Amino acid sequence: MAAEQAKVDPMHQFTIEPMFGSENWELAGYNIAFTNSALWMAIAAVALWAFVLGGMKRQLVPGRWQMAVETFTSFIDNMLQANIGKAGRKYVPYVFSLFMFILFANLLGLLPLGVVGVHPFTFTSHFTVTGVLAVLSFSIVLIVGFWKHGLHFFSLFVPHGTPWPMIPVIAPIEFISFMVRPFSLALRLFVAMMAGHVLLEVLSSFVISGMNAGPAYGVLIGVPSLLLMVGICALEVLVAGIQAYVFALLTSLYINDAEHLH
Amino acid sequence: MDAEAAKLLGAGLAAIGAGLASIGVGNVFAKFLEGALRNPGAADAQQGRLFIGFAGAELLGLLAFVIAALLIFA
Repeated sequence: MAAEQAKVDPMHQFTIEPMFGSENWELAGYNIAFTNSALWMAIAAVALWAFVLGGMKRQLVPGRWQMAVETFTSFIDNMLQANIGKAGRKYVPYVFSLFMFILFANLLGLLPLGVVGVHPFTFTSHFTVTGVLAVLSFSIVLIVGFWKHGLHFFSLFVPHGTPWPMIPVIAPIEFISFMVRPFSLALRLFVAMMAGHVLLEVLSSFVISGMNAGPAYGVLIGVPSLLLMVGICALEVLVAGIQAYVFALLTSLYINDAEHLH
Repeated sequence: MDAEAAKLLGAGLAAIGAGLASIGVGNVFAKFLEGALRNPGAADAQQGRLFIGFAGAELLGLLAFVIAALLIFA
């Protein structure tokens, strides 16, 4: 049967491959090949740069493009204002870049460019990438916290009004919940993106195997799977936005902890 | 039962966690909508908290997926 030969491997889309014959590039003993992951990071960065540059004309009466960019900046600005207050102003550049980079990465990975033979690579579906972004956020929290409050920053682990017999219990819990933050940040983005893409791939394998098994199976299995896939694609666009938003929102909450303690 | 079969069973059991997390996420949005319909004026200001709750509930479902993926692929 043809369906068994054409088995679709849902994890194949996440393989990292060196591009442009760069697989032997080395730096101090480490392989630094220019991979498809790096290529799509560069594409996301260039697309983001072009998007923001188009909106930096500073016209008094903004055009459509400037309006679009300003919507995003004021969205991030409002979020930081609401969560951190006045001190949030200075984190707008970081959180804005973080949010837009993740958003562009997620959306670029969903582009249906496979029909023209280019396979988009969602680099946010790799724990290494999201892990570095999370560590970036977490180290900003640590640096700001220790810079502003010194060793008093450790009072973060003892919430206000904790009765003193409870402190030996509460402090370790708070400490664990603090240390787990970078992992939860990174895991959430990486798993959400990976699960969505695996789901799309599995549904597409249903369509392919269904059609291969004959016209009756094709109508019975292939067509509903295709319709479901279209719906899931729309859901994935929503998830791409929500995950970028959640990453930025949690980063701003953690920065608020560092700025104001509890 | 050999180890491979046990792994696959465990991965399947982890899917229960994903289903439970979906109940949690549904609860978050249902309660938000309930409150928002009672007091629409206060709804917009609480959207940040809505997504914090959503993120917390969703994370546990995603962890179930991680466990399943680890059992199958690691």
